[in-house]
Amino acid sequence: MNKSKNPIIQAVDLKKVYIRGSEHIPAVDGITIEIKLGDYFAFVGPSGSGKTTLLHLLGCLDNPTDGTLKVANRTVYDKNKVMNERELTKLRRELFGYVFQKFYLIPTLTVRENILLPFAFYQKEESDKTANRLADLLGIGHRLNHLPKELSGGEMQRVAVARALINKPQILLADEPTGNLDSKRSKEISGIFKQLNQDEGITIILVTHNPLMAASAGKMVELKDGKLV
Amino acid sequence: MPSLFGIAWKNIRRKRLRSLLTIIGIALSTWVLVSLLGFNQGYENSLNKDIDNLGFQVLLTAKGCPYEAATLMLKGGTGLKYMPQSIVDSVVANPQVDKVTPMLMHAVFDPNKGESGGITAFLGIDPTTYPKMKTYLEFQQGKWFDKPEALEAVFGYEAAELEQREIGNLYLLPEANVEVKVAGILKRSGTQDDGTIFLPIKTLQNVYKVNDKLTSIGIKVKKDTNLAAYEEQLYKLSDVQVVSMAQVKQTISNLVATARVMVMSIAIIAILIAMVGVMNTVLMSVLERWQEIGIMKSMGAMTSHIFKLIWFETILLTFVGGVIGSGMSWILAEVTDRLIRSVLPYSPTSALVQIDFLLVTKAIGIIMLIGLISGIYPAWKAAKIRPIEAIRSTDGEL
Repeated sequence: MNKSKNPIIQAVDLKKVYIRGSEHIPAVDGITIEIKLGDYFAFVGPSGSGKTTLLHLLGCLDNPTDGTLKVANRTVYDKNKVMNERELTKLRRELFGYVFQKFYLIPTLTVRENILLPFAFYQKEESDKTANRLADLLGIGHRLNHLPKELSGGEMQRVAVARALINKPQILLADEPTGNLDSKRSKEISGIFKQLNQDEGITIILVTHNPLMAASAGKMVELKDGKLV
Repeated sequence: MPSLFGIAWKNIRRKRLRSLLTIIGIALSTWVLVSLLGFNQGYENSLNKDIDNLGFQVLLTAKGCPYEAATLMLKGGTGLKYMPQSIVDSVVANPQVDKVTPMLMHAVFDPNKGESGGITAFLGIDPTTYPKMKTYLEFQQGKWFDKPEALEAVFGYEAAELEQREIGNLYLLPEANVEVKVAGILKRSGTQDDGTIFLPIKTLQNVYKVNDKLTSIGIKVKKDTNLAAYEEQLYKLSDVQVVSMAQVKQTISNLVATARVMVMSIAIIAILIAMVGVMNTVLMSVLERWQEIGIMKSMGAMTSHIFKLIWFETILLTFVGGVIGSGMSWILAEVTDRLIRSVLPYSPTSALVQIDFLLVTKAIGIIMLIGLISGIYPAWKAAKIRPIEAIRSTDGEL
């Protein structure tokens, strides 16, 4: 496990305000947080507390309204600079893997093709080997030639995890990864995440309502009304 | 490893019925386009061939309507009125003239033709000059007449089949009650000569009492002759009109110009409909895959990748539709030919719709270009999707 304590994400007074007509809704309200390589964070809190918005900001999927955000010592957002879409795409390729509650697998592609989908956009060596290794690690090695519709919910989420890991990311972001799974499958996914963090040294940041999933994280952070509690 | 092209192909197969209907739309547009281009090419070639097969560059006829004269001439007939045979001498006297052939067209009512009788037309020709002008005519059986006043006839291929005559058979000339012997039957030439019954001009004049009369004179001028200047000289002859082949081509082209514009308009409308169809199909597909595309962008797809992906889908749809449409137009060229022939005031004898590989390639190129243009908006729309918008939304918005 990578026990380095180098900060990989630094957010200072991060804010995200949604504007609906004349109403300003602060979804993330001045959050300062530092995430180091190898950390395993779980954001918990009631619905509407801003945890998913915070995850999107830290994962460079959305721009903050104010504050400072640095990822791998590169400034993503501050008063003087906003990273453009091209730079953000490159950053996401290099550093991040994403897992979502709804899996978002491409129904016309096989499991293998879904896992390798990121490489349709950029080439990496030994991608097939990596795909096989990940599929075996996640217990879906025998399902590589199946279509998503032939899989169970748990298997689909494993495919989504494998796809998120195919580019060997340093940070894995997961938004309610067990939200669509029963308790048995949730436990499996929870175990996989713990294994990825401990054995592969991947930094994990997840949003969850699942107490079991949250408990498996090294650090649990609670949000309420867009602020850290 | 998945490629952008592979993903595009699989996506087209995802909504098979919708893709199929779009492809059918493109195929029909391509069919219209290829047929139209084939018609433009074929009509010109066919008309030129018909006129070249006349064997002469200028036709002198008795004064009358020039349009009527042109049409009759291309249908194998000549002018309706007579002119004196002595004009031939005036024409031959000109040193610019290479060959001259006098002709007499005579039509009579034949009570034995069909169920209730019909008109039979005979073309009286000079056996010494006419074959030299119509060098492409070949005999299936027999030969031209032995003597200038022989009681003989030569049948065109179709005329022989219609009248069921063979070499040596006798044929009764209606109204005159004179029998002529079949001296020859021509091979099929693909021209109006196939339906013609030829007699020696002197025989025809004697039998039907139209001595020293002609209906037309075919003239071939010497090489390097200024045709326009020569025609000017012919205008000085009294009681005749000059029909030049250039004029005939122009006259007929004018007659079919309206039909061409109409067909062209239909083709443009069909292409526009296909364009809208392709745009609609691809745009629907983009909106349905809003989240998928957003996820692809979160996984490292650049704007250009998404643009290409959507464009590939458009190219595939238009290419498949274009190939099917071109194939259809090739296979159904004869049917299209008949359809067009039925609405034209005059149709040349050869194929009106001539489709070749170059034409098909050109048409597929045009259709794919149209597809590419139709794909720009959906591709741009997809490429502009931000990952966060896609993840938050359930569907895309126009």
